[in-house]
Amino acid sequence: MKHFDYVRPTTVPEAVAAAGEPGSVYLAAGTNVLDLMKGGAVRPDRLVDVTRLPGLDRIERLPDGGMRIGALVRNADLAYDPAFARAYPAVAEALLSGASAQLRNAATVGGNLMQRTRCGYFYDPASACNRREPGSGCDALHGENRLHAVLGWSEHCIATHPSDFCVPLVALDAVVEIEGRAGRREIALEDLHRLPGDAPEQESALEPGDLIVALRLPGDAASFASHARYLKLRERTSYAFAVVSAAAALELEDGTIRNARLALGGVAPKPWRARAAEDVLKGARADEKAFRRAAAAALADARPSGDNAVKIELAKGIVVRALNLAAAGTPERLPALPASPFSSATGAHHNA
Amino acid sequence: MNLCISLTVNGERRDVDLEDPRVTLLDLLRERLDLTGTKKGCDRGQCGACTVLVDGRRINSCLALALSLDGAEIVTIEGLGDGDELHPVQSAFIAHDGFQCGFCTPGQIMSAVGLISEGQAGGDPERIREGMSGNICRCGAYQGITEAVLEAEKTLATRNRRSAA
Repeated sequence: MKHFDYVRPTTVPEAVAAAGEPGSVYLAAGTNVLDLMKGGAVRPDRLVDVTRLPGLDRIERLPDGGMRIGALVRNADLAYDPAFARAYPAVAEALLSGASAQLRNAATVGGNLMQRTRCGYFYDPASACNRREPGSGCDALHGENRLHAVLGWSEHCIATHPSDFCVPLVALDAVVEIEGRAGRREIALEDLHRLPGDAPEQESALEPGDLIVALRLPGDAASFASHARYLKLRERTSYAFAVVSAAAALELEDGTIRNARLALGGVAPKPWRARAAEDVLKGARADEKAFRRAAAAALADARPSGDNAVKIELAKGIVVRALNLAAAGTPERLPALPASPFSSATGAHHNA
Repeated sequence: MNLCISLTVNGERRDVDLEDPRVTLLDLLRERLDLTGTKKGCDRGQCGACTVLVDGRRINSCLALALSLDGAEIVTIEGLGDGDELHPVQSAFIAHDGFQCGFCTPGQIMSAVGLISEGQAGGDPERIREGMSGNICRCGAYQGITEAVLEAEKTLATRNRRSAA
């Protein structure tokens, strides 16, 4: 690991000023950035430790019924917050389907949003990667790419965004509060992560020094609470990134879909909101036929970026199953295997 | 830059001068404090062998920067038992053959202690397996590990009821 300076500011303006200097990187729990530094994929000159900044570790109820979550709230604490899990169960399920218990105990909300792709070529400093080193090329394009993107990619980068948490968040119109050199601003989570285009190194809408201080979920997003699921296909049952995943949330009235939200994970360089599919669902009967049409709409623009055409079919399947599960209703208690397409009860009929 | 930190490790205050900011909590425990019970497996947060409790929560010590934990309370496998008396999770691992080679065992045990105190598994083997998925056992002692955690959960619940009475 390259040598670095370490600073631990005690106020947000101090942190923003320190991180605005070239070569600076924010450190929260460090579960992603330390891993990247050990492998040499990220080589900061200075770490700006934000873990002691005051007031960023709260979960608050807002007057509109929504919730505001400080950027330093740990993933596990958010997932197990009873009021949060009741209002936004698909978000809690997504959180608990990600990483391991140890990592969820450490990793923060802000860190989850800012985590980097797990593309093996990004991680390997000996490989060409436009995201890590602009202009160097993309070894993934003709390499091991069966898990790479099928939506939103360019010939400059075919990596996926790895977060589970962000998938239901983007479906539910989450907003990110940012403190920067020009003061406080907020943007939709959907606009935080950028598609690679011809500049994959520009991963987010953040400027140098910008610090995510909180995440907000609107009150009306809680109206999906009784029909909201996150479903995630993995290569092993637990502790694995998504091959494909989907967050589905429905508002039902006498079997008809009044309102629908859908987003996909593991398929694109950002959490992927599927608005065309939502339009297909609105007003339709909540049945398999509508769910299949929605899945086709969600993946209409998909194309393989390599040896990964199978992900398009897998993604359609996971969308249909997530919608079926959402229509069946949010379970009283999260399943033993959160977001798993496999039932945890041996021999039990799975309703997806 | 002042790189002196103070930690409480297994109940004892330790002041450490780090010299180098790159030291992880894992390396600090093993190389500065000679607490080699905590194992270095993958060193990348994937195997769980380095699991310790920080302020009562289980984390991967290989992915924690020691400097950032200034003031924290750490419990490692060395601090779990009471003198010669094993912690109930340790006893249960022995009773149920929850290991073979033993390399992952300190991490498994610390993770199990964390899992039980989190209180989310509630005697359900499937929830225990899910909650322990961050700890890899290359010998494949998972069956014994699950049984050990189930038993230790019961033992600790009984003990807590007694001390509350």
